Amino acid sequence: MHRHFQRGVLLACLLAPAAAWSDNAEQVRIDNFKFGPTQLKVGKGTLVTWTNQDDIPHSIVITALGAHSKVMDTDQAFSFEFDKAGTYSYICGLHPFMHGQIVVN
Amino acid sequence: MSNDEFNPSRYNPDRRGFLKCMTWVGSAMVWTVTGGIPQSRIVGQADAADAGFTFAQVSDSHLGFDKPLNPNVTGTFSEALGHITSMQDKPAFLIHTGDITHLSTAEQFDTGAQLLASTRLQTFTVPGEHDILEDNGKSYLNRYGKGTKGDGWYSFNAGGVHFIGLVNVVNLQGNGLGDLGEAQLEWLEKDVKGLSASTPLVVFAHVPLWVVYQDWGWGTKDGGQALSYLKRFGSVTVLNGHIHQVMQKIEGQVAFHTARSTAFPQGVPGVAKGPGPFPVPAGELKSYLGTARISLVSTKSPLAIVDTPLAG
Repeated sequence: MHRHFQRGVLLACLLAPAAAWSDNAEQVRIDNFKFGPTQLKVGKGTLVTWTNQDDIPHSIVITALGAHSKVMDTDQAFSFEFDKAGTYSYICGLHPFMHGQIVVN
Repeated sequence: MSNDEFNPSRYNPDRRGFLKCMTWVGSAMVWTVTGGIPQSRIVGQADAADAGFTFAQVSDSHLGFDKPLNPNVTGTFSEALGHITSMQDKPAFLIHTGDITHLSTAEQFDTGAQLLASTRLQTFTVPGEHDILEDNGKSYLNRYGKGTKGDGWYSFNAGGVHFIGLVNVVNLQGNGLGDLGEAQLEWLEKDVKGLSASTPLVVFAHVPLWVVYQDWGWGTKDGGQALSYLKRFGSVTVLNGHIHQVMQKIEGQVAFHTARSTAFPQGVPGVAKGPGPFPVPAGELKSYLGTARISLVSTKSPLAIVDTPLAG
């Protein structure tokens, strides 16, 4: 079971960059314990993809939406589609001093 | 108070001050505490701690970490354990202060269990945040939770010392600080209630119980509350990991100590750009990794700690 799960995550990561081809897709890089950009403004229905470029695992927790990614090791990614307008703050579940924000218009 | 012999004003006139010692590089430090006066020496000049009761600490083995900084964390952990088992005065047991694994996978826990078992030493552990990434911490508790309370906290007596293992990684606070939580604090207060103030205490947890560097979450939000229950004791030694470097502080009767990682070093707070793995020159890695050996020197003062790097 565990191995299957790992493959599932990997597959999701391989597929994630494809989202960049879509008009409604944006990227957030995780680098040196920081989200870049820290604040990202997007339109409704945008798929946001976070990619971990650190040597240390991170996760994404969007408290207001109850969204919690799996742990992302180096080069792994997590995508979330924002379909409601609002300002969504998020943190890294492993390092909660890392803050970011997605503003959906 | 039963700690009449302890007089911190002999080195700290205002009693509020503290002695702080940090080693970043390969030199090992010996801490011998006699009558409340901590003395540090470099290993080699010292005859080290010569008491009868000794135990060892390892930390942050991060099994599964495979980045270029240390592509062989299994090897360096194994080497660290080898140092411990080849000691002349064999330690009574081993404490691992968390982040046994890097990503909480079954394979990583298996490797850890095999290596720890190879020492033939009894091992006591507390989880690091990297050990509870899957299944709400069940992968850790299934292996190491037997006989523990809550998220894995417990206490035991050995060598005349009362040992307390605390869990402060489950509910990380807003800025990343560790957290013990009310249930655990309540348990701790009761756990030490019946003990005489002359009982030496060793408290171990993953994230430092004292605030080392708030910006990186290197501290425990309610650590002060926990320490308030230990105030009446004449000798308290607090052992932590998490920050992958040696830091020591003596405050009153309490000696705080963080251990090196056996996997990779992390940057110096306030100096490095971030808290991640800290690149070191090729060939020097092992002087940044290591183990700690702790001996009971006197029941009226904190314990002696000998930090040993893998090389250097």
